[in-house]
Amino acid sequence: MAGELTAAWAVAWMRDAAGVLARQREELIELDRAIGDGDHGENMDRGFQAVVAGLDASAASPKEVLSSAGRTLISTVGGAAGPLYGTALMRAGQAAKERIDADNLVAVLSAALEGVQARGKAQVGDKTMVDAWSPAVEAARQANEGGATPLDVLRAAASAAEQGAEATVGMVARKGRASYLGERSVGHQDPGATSTAHILQSAAKAAAA
Amino acid sequence: MSVGLVICSHSAKLAEGVAELAGQMAKAVTIVPAGGTGDGRIGTSVELVSAAVEKLLDEGLDVAVLTDLGSATMTVESVIEALGPDRAAHVRHAEGPLVEGAVAASVAAQIGGDLTAVALAAQAKELFA
Repeated sequence: MAGELTAAWAVAWMRDAAGVLARQREELIELDRAIGDGDHGENMDRGFQAVVAGLDASAASPKEVLSSAGRTLISTVGGAAGPLYGTALMRAGQAAKERIDADNLVAVLSAALEGVQARGKAQVGDKTMVDAWSPAVEAARQANEGGATPLDVLRAAASAAEQGAEATVGMVARKGRASYLGERSVGHQDPGATSTAHILQSAAKAAAA
Repeated sequence: MSVGLVICSHSAKLAEGVAELAGQMAKAVTIVPAGGTGDGRIGTSVELVSAAVEKLLDEGLDVAVLTDLGSATMTVESVIEALGPDRAAHVRHAEGPLVEGAVAASVAAQIGGDLTAVALAAQAKELFA
């Protein structure tokens, strides 16, 4: 079927994400400094540089690429984002077929969200990356039901993730160290939701290439 | 089976200090600090915690891992998952206030408490009674 995603897509996704996270490093540091410990930009940049360094361009399946990237993030990041994104990518990899069609893509994104929630125990509305992942999965599901290609499923997911990240501005943090700020966390966009939006945009960009 | 402790903190200094303090009343208990990232930053390291847990398991001990802040919990859960079910059965994430919990847990281990008793002590419930 046209537009199926392969290992080459997964490799391109990780490379693009590393580039974007390097460029957005200062933005993420500033967002995290406002309501967290300020290390998210550095941690994500460091983690994805390590992912790129460990990429196997000859990997046969998306599963290999994503699982290996997940393990790298868990072992290199050192903040909450490591176990969260690491578990997300490892679960995504487990759900991925050799060639990912739109149906399988929805399963892959759902598995990533489930991984994030299993690890972080956050719900929608807690002002975390779940507030980007969850609308992304819902938008992907709807796009797929409408017969979209994998590329368009990813575009829908990325766009919903970005809107979800923006919506965290109005939320009160209920997870992580930002929750100690209570109402004072309102008015700031969540750094984890923001990095999720960047990463899903990279997934769409890699599929368009 | 005797129980050893791993202290997982975002700060290497804090982990070392807690291990030092907890060891004062529990000379016979092995307490391994695993704080900070491997390269000296604030954070937690799956590799450091994993190495500490494996070391104690290899010595034939059950292992209670005590943590400070939220994301340390995620690190410890990742480590335990990666051990596989057989070895994971000998490891417990013992949640509680880190300093009081580590002192109470090390004393429980010193007087021969098993993993369940040590994990219960780590909750330092008397603090909140």
